[in-house]
Amino acid sequence: MKIYLPLDSAAVALGADEIAHAIHTHARAKGIPVELIRNGSRGMVWLEPMAEVVTDKGRMAFGPLTLSDVPALFGDLAAHPKALGLTDDLPWLRAQTRLTFARVGVIDPLSLEDYRAHGGLTGLTRALGMDKAAMVAEVTNSGLRGRGGAGFPTGIKWKTVSEAKADRKYIVCNADEGDSATFADRMLMEGDPFTLIEGMIIAGLACEATKGFVYIRSEYPIAIEVMQKAVALAQAEGILGASVLGRGPAFDIEIRVGAGAYVCGEETSLLNSLEGKRGVVRAKPPLPALQGFMAKPTVVNNVISLASVPVIFEKGAEHYKNFGLGRSRGTIPLQIAGNVKHGGLYEIAFGLTLGEIVDKIAGGTASGRPVKAVQVGGPLGAYFPRALFDTPFGYEEFAGKDGLIGHAGLTVFDDSADMLGMARFAMEFCAIESCGKCTPCRIGAVRGVETLDRIARGDADAKPLLTDLCNTMKSGSLCALGGFTPYPVMSALTHFPDDFNTMKEAAE
Amino acid sequence: MLDSVDVTARVGEILSAHKGMEGALLPILHAIQADFGYIPQAALPIIAQDLNLSRAEVHGVMSFYHDFRENPAGSHVLKLCRAESCQSMGANRVAAHAQKALGIEWHETTKDGNITLEPVFCLGLCACGPAAIIDGKLVGRVDEARIDAIIGGLK
Repeated sequence: MKIYLPLDSAAVALGADEIAHAIHTHARAKGIPVELIRNGSRGMVWLEPMAEVVTDKGRMAFGPLTLSDVPALFGDLAAHPKALGLTDDLPWLRAQTRLTFARVGVIDPLSLEDYRAHGGLTGLTRALGMDKAAMVAEVTNSGLRGRGGAGFPTGIKWKTVSEAKADRKYIVCNADEGDSATFADRMLMEGDPFTLIEGMIIAGLACEATKGFVYIRSEYPIAIEVMQKAVALAQAEGILGASVLGRGPAFDIEIRVGAGAYVCGEETSLLNSLEGKRGVVRAKPPLPALQGFMAKPTVVNNVISLASVPVIFEKGAEHYKNFGLGRSRGTIPLQIAGNVKHGGLYEIAFGLTLGEIVDKIAGGTASGRPVKAVQVGGPLGAYFPRALFDTPFGYEEFAGKDGLIGHAGLTVFDDSADMLGMARFAMEFCAIESCGKCTPCRIGAVRGVETLDRIARGDADAKPLLTDLCNTMKSGSLCALGGFTPYPVMSALTHFPDDFNTMKEAAE
Repeated sequence: MLDSVDVTARVGEILSAHKGMEGALLPILHAIQADFGYIPQAALPIIAQDLNLSRAEVHGVMSFYHDFRENPAGSHVLKLCRAESCQSMGANRVAAHAQKALGIEWHETTKDGNITLEPVFCLGLCACGPAAIIDGKLVGRVDEARIDAIIGGLK
């Protein structure tokens, strides 16, 4: 009997390890040999822990499992109280376009055999037959843009590093996924780590870099463990090392762990941290592409950007580019979070409207109350009211509504949310996490908290002051932390003015 | 507390294990904290000398990052997520309950030295919040009853 059960953090946080233990115990007691594979999550967090039993019809899903549901996994499967049917037929999965996440939840994350059997290393093999300019062109033609949030064209970044002259160059993977509502990087690393490794190797070949770093935040213990194991396996198999796959140049990867500083998700701050310094933001120029890690040309790409590279090389730039809308090409792994009925990861071409995502895919709130606001793009993203639910999901489309898609995380709030409180939290968070280098962020965030407290006390004069402060932070900060904190603050003030009208209550 | 001879010996071992590593300071600090549970003051000058840095620079790096402790934590560390997704599911209410139940604020340790309470900004469990991590073990959908059970289990 073969059973899949996720090792994914969300599944584990909901009891997957205990379920795994119970499966083993029960199988032993019954004398049934069981092969239990700990896979990545399929992304349906409301169904976790979700086990899949391999049958002659395909993989059958069961969830959300509790300990008392385990014995029935060894009985008549169709009659199991938590039976969901064949995994491949589940509507949440059927409607998706899984390119980057094609293998996540399907394969054993730490089996190279499984990885190869599902198309792994096909892209790298093709890249090995191309010259570096052709590799860069492939990425440029795919239309891939930085999935970390800034949306900078990945091919242009690679071209700069590829053409730079230096004795050493580096590929740095930014896995410091600190934004609330984002967990795509984590799920990818936990569920299909070799895809990220393969993408980094291709980046290394295209840019003539020989060393890669994955900087993973310390809040992701399982992702760190899986990535470390995967790198060791890839080294043992000769995929990484002195000669990539035994016929390419050298490329190796090292896993580094962050230390709880949100600002290190900013690329220059991350580079300082990687060099063993305080995670203080650097002024640009010089661009990291020319003077990055140890002042050498460095590609800094997000996990999802790099993990999208293998499929682009496997299926071709055209295939990838044909998905999406406008200048947002390919697919985006939406991370649906917060107060939602159906939360999780949903990879789809750009272009769905916010309303379709929130009402149809997420199924509304978990509490059953009306949706009040959706914060898109993490703690530095704007709060969208229902009036803007017709906004299509794309970089320019969201920018046009004074928002951003960021790393494509969505936090849904029901009508109990206090938007003044959320605006205050945004400023408080910025004050705690500011690296301290520039004044608008370091001091501005503290003043922002104070100004919001004045508004909360009924001082209406503080509102224009807050607007002015936000303008200063937006145009005067060195990086996105101070520069984008005004997005959640101003969107809360603009779209939810009633929550800021405390004066009336104070007067009554 | 450890005496300085122990610290010198163990830190020396950790430093030699990281020889030749590019930008080794964070991995060194992580290794020291994993070993001692905090970064002993006595370790700073030893690291500084080994990496050819000033003691102030090493202190500056250590104090920049939330993860590194100057003093030992309680026997157990309970971290509760404060980020937006968890807030949308009641994290503030749950945190207030935990603070009341333990009789401490953020970053404090209970009088008996048993539990340290800390905020964390996102564990990537945003679709099953409020989230917590107790001594490295992840927990999702934490409510007041769950907090009571967790605290009870750590006594």
